[in-house]
Amino acid sequence: MEFFLVILIGLFYGAGVYLILRRSMVKLLLGIMFLGTGANILIFLLGGIVKGKPPVIDETAKMFQDIYADPIPQSLILTAIVISFALTAFAIVLLKRFYALANTDDLDDLNTPEEEDI
Amino acid sequence: MIDNNILGPVFIHLFTGILQLIAWRKTVTQRFISGIGSFLGVLIAIRLFTKVNSDGILTLNAANWDAPFGIVFVADLLSSTLVLITSIAAFAVSLFSSTGISRQRMLYGYFPIFHFLVMGLNGAFLTGDIFNLYVWFEVIIISSFVLMTLGGRKTQLEGAVKYMALNILASTFFLTGVGILYGITGSLNMADLSEKIKMVNNQFLVGITSAFFLLGFGIKSAVFPLYYWLPSSYHTPPSAVAATFGGLLTKVGIYAMLRVFSLIFIPDDFTKQLLMVLAVLTIFTGSMGALIKLNIRRLFSYLIVCHIGFMIGGIGMFTKVALIGTLFYLFHDILVKTNMFLIAGLIRQMRGTMDLKSLGGLYAQYPKISLLIVLVLFSLVGIPPLSGFWPKVFLIKDAYAHGEYAYIFALILGSFVTLFVIARMWSEAFWKNVPEGNELEDKFEPMPLARKILLVLPIGILALVTIYIGLNANFVITLADNIADQLIDTKPYIEAVLKQKQN
Repeated sequence: MEFFLVILIGLFYGAGVYLILRRSMVKLLLGIMFLGTGANILIFLLGGIVKGKPPVIDETAKMFQDIYADPIPQSLILTAIVISFALTAFAIVLLKRFYALANTDDLDDLNTPEEEDI
Repeated sequence: MIDNNILGPVFIHLFTGILQLIAWRKTVTQRFISGIGSFLGVLIAIRLFTKVNSDGILTLNAANWDAPFGIVFVADLLSSTLVLITSIAAFAVSLFSSTGISRQRMLYGYFPIFHFLVMGLNGAFLTGDIFNLYVWFEVIIISSFVLMTLGGRKTQLEGAVKYMALNILASTFFLTGVGILYGITGSLNMADLSEKIKMVNNQFLVGITSAFFLLGFGIKSAVFPLYYWLPSSYHTPPSAVAATFGGLLTKVGIYAMLRVFSLIFIPDDFTKQLLMVLAVLTIFTGSMGALIKLNIRRLFSYLIVCHIGFMIGGIGMFTKVALIGTLFYLFHDILVKTNMFLIAGLIRQMRGTMDLKSLGGLYAQYPKISLLIVLVLFSLVGIPPLSGFWPKVFLIKDAYAHGEYAYIFALILGSFVTLFVIARMWSEAFWKNVPEGNELEDKFEPMPLARKILLVLPIGILALVTIYIGLNANFVITLADNIADQLIDTKPYIEAVLKQKQN
């Protein structure tokens, strides 16, 4: 299980970085999303994957006899997912607005000459 | 010592923001609420600061969970000082915004978002939990995204796309670092991490983790190879927004670096060398960029980058004297950079442009305001006895003692270029006559007196604080000295956070 997750994380990070380096705005967005997902799975993996154990330690237990499932990484991921959801939603709207204004999907066109405004 | 007032600076801005959401579209009410809320914020921050100064480090356990398990808020001297300075800067920006921001932007929620941003800043300074720090960072960046795009002009959105992409990337690196850190230590509490990180067998992995933090905070604070988003986005939003960003956002990155590298990853020789190289390159590229820009705000954006290098160098040396210099510079920089962008906004109101070529005649028309502005400019350049001068003394002294000649050279070059570009700006915008054939729209002259005061007063307040810091440098140096002690010897911090376990 861990092994496959490691491969998966590598793929997510690799694909994310690759997509961010492309010139298309949609790919930039996808890249950001991939990186976020990769980070989430990384936290999940590093928190230690335990199968079929409760997330609490038995009241009578005097020490860590048994490994228990750590609930913290899951709460961290939950927070991170909510945050990245909000950021992604914002990014989609921003890129859509920009596309409507500039009519281009190419990040290299983001260099309008200096304009005096505000 | 446990104290419930730590969260005051966070809550005051939260409630101000919520009240303004209730007064949605009532822009006059919102302006009043914003002014009063930020003023109360300053008072609460002063109270917190004096309390920390007299009683030592204060902590607060969220929901009364004991320290390493729950989220803990810590107000040590560094945090409370930064909260105080942030509150002062936010108060000034809030006053300025009431006139400097167009009504359209206010209708779409400028003020609530501004207060949520300040709340995020205060929260980031006060938290003692690394994941909580990440969450505050997200509060900050999502508010800043909205502020940056509010108005929706094309250049603004262009800047925002770059700003958004790189800031989300920075957050992802930061989150990755937090994930690995949790994986190798099993803790998120910064004081607890500080002890547990020493017990990790694989110190190489710790080094790699620190690289993630360096990368994340480096993007946020605009360090050399990662700063390109800053000059290409900070000139696009309204000046009041740019003032908040320029004065405060990059400095949170510096604060996070100071905190993480003093508490968790004590810099080894490699990290120190790396930071020194980055500092020199940051100063160099920043100052070269500032040399060729003719738009006031673009010029200031490069100056931000240049001056970030000063502070990174101080962190890189990581000795007491260097840290005193860095901290002093940090306090000075927040106030002065905020003020510089407010001044840019004022010039824009007076002339309708920020291009140095078409500006002119400001001194002839507004001699008193120009004299106020020149004080701020002198302080930025670092003319003794104003506030920009003292930290450089410390930095150069310590760099000389440690043989960091490249950094000394860069520091002097950076200061010289700052002097040069500011002098050029002064002569172009203030002394030169208005160029022939230029249609200038002066929106400032016909304004009613109350609005004029609202534009100039914040600049005056910030200038006063800067002058106070400069003339009362002894107090600030003692303060920075104490903070540097706390940064180098983290035992009091760790004890303050963890000792309540026994009681």
